[in-house]
Amino acid sequence: MVTIDAALAQLVRQDAPRVLALLAGRYSDLHLADDAVADALAEAAKRWPTDGVPDNPGAWLNRVASRRAVDRIRRLDVERRRTQAAAPELHADPNDSAATMHDTFLIDDPISDPNLPEDQLRLMFLCCHPALNADAQVALTLRLIGGLTTDEIAAAYLIPTPTLAQRISRAKSKIRDAVIPLHMPTHLEHRLDAVLSVLYLVFNEGYLGRGDAPEPMRVDLCEEALRLTRSLADLLPDHAEIHGLLALELFHDARRDARLDANADLVLLPNQDRTRWHQPGIEKGNAALREAMALQAPGRYQIQAMIAGYHTNARHAEDTDWTRIVALYDRLIAIDPSPIAALNRAVAIGMAEGPQAGLAALPSSDDLSTYHLFHAAEAELHLMAGNVEEARTAFETAHSLARNPAEVRHLERRVAETT
Amino acid sequence: MEYMILLHSDESAAPDFAPGSPEFDEMMGEWMAFNAELAEGGHMIGGASLAPTGTATTLHKSPDGNSTTDGPYAETKEQLGGYYVIEAADLDEALAIAAKVPIPYGSFEVRPIAFRPEV
Repeated sequence: MVTIDAALAQLVRQDAPRVLALLAGRYSDLHLADDAVADALAEAAKRWPTDGVPDNPGAWLNRVASRRAVDRIRRLDVERRRTQAAAPELHADPNDSAATMHDTFLIDDPISDPNLPEDQLRLMFLCCHPALNADAQVALTLRLIGGLTTDEIAAAYLIPTPTLAQRISRAKSKIRDAVIPLHMPTHLEHRLDAVLSVLYLVFNEGYLGRGDAPEPMRVDLCEEALRLTRSLADLLPDHAEIHGLLALELFHDARRDARLDANADLVLLPNQDRTRWHQPGIEKGNAALREAMALQAPGRYQIQAMIAGYHTNARHAEDTDWTRIVALYDRLIAIDPSPIAALNRAVAIGMAEGPQAGLAALPSSDDLSTYHLFHAAEAELHLMAGNVEEARTAFETAHSLARNPAEVRHLERRVAETT
Repeated sequence: MEYMILLHSDESAAPDFAPGSPEFDEMMGEWMAFNAELAEGGHMIGGASLAPTGTATTLHKSPDGNSTTDGPYAETKEQLGGYYVIEAADLDEALAIAAKVPIPYGSFEVRPIAFRPEV
């Protein structure tokens, strides 16, 4: 027996994003769709406790939200005509009227609606449109595609709900006022890249966030990112980089339990208890990576996934094939010359050829001077080379720049160990 | 000689009257009178009020690749050198047109026009 609360939670998380995508697609109007779905969800919360949960909650939501959308169009139309009469100089657009209204449609389970995949994709591209800032892209994606509530997103990012709510409402206003379209982009690859970076951003936030004191109510952003990446891979199965990102996330996720010790302190990769790595997760990562590579369109997520795969498939830390990993970083840098990739390559060289070679391969600190992991990596290489003095100085710098509590504690320990 | 007048003002201080209210009518009256004066004097070529900066998107153009950011162009070392008023179906089309402007390096702010008086 499903409780009302559980049924409502499922409705918000699972059915609402689908109905939202369908309505937004049908009316080419995100605001209308979002408001109509919110109306319908409020109605569910009010009626279900007395009427009971409908047989098909998704179809119920679709029906009620569609009706609310039509009500809203009628109301808006009346309002618009009134404004137009009062201030004709504002040139109200005559096309924006009830003429575009569809009054009759056959509504069934949203999941069987043939438009759903395309509508969901278009909405995803809209949420990750480059004319919106990165924070807004993340917030919109989690809320409109992921079905998370504003409260849940705010809690996951440890920011006040009003701040997050304002971020979402500003982004929605920009979508409406600047007319950011709800359509499949002309340059799909380029825009897909933006969607993938939003998903990876969400995953990384969750991965690092797991070092904080666990809050029972906090949504797991890693699981959300995985869920959304998986659904994107289902929607666009021929795009290798989506499978690459999925594999990358799965490999990281498989190591989650070994990343922190009993005191919630960080355990570095070489010291992790590999028997605690989640084997089925690793297998899924391998499968996603195989699927990506079968498509023969290499890209940065696939290369990063291959690197993560070499780590995650090594039974013991000393089995790690560092030479292969260095070669993969070379390929990664050829595609995407980021200073962080150069830093990771230097660490891999340190492991493959010795700490002196690693130190020599470190990128210049210009771009990375405020990045705590640059200093931490430099410190570890110095320590391997026996330069305790230099190692401590670099650990101290890293410690002063770190934010995440588990990382701060870890670096504190490293400073103490080198003093 | 033709001149362009660039109107910079603090948009947060701009009045926000509801259409149909007496304050709104008074404000619009001032603008319409000014526009009429320009037209009668043979000065009017064109003009428009832009939507607030919250609707702005900036396209950064360079031969290495273009990028798009949210927000108006924050003036640094580039100078305003011209403008286009275009008709486009949506922001994507407007940005695609902006990307074709034959200036290899530059920042092009794209913002919807809120209102344009009849000329």
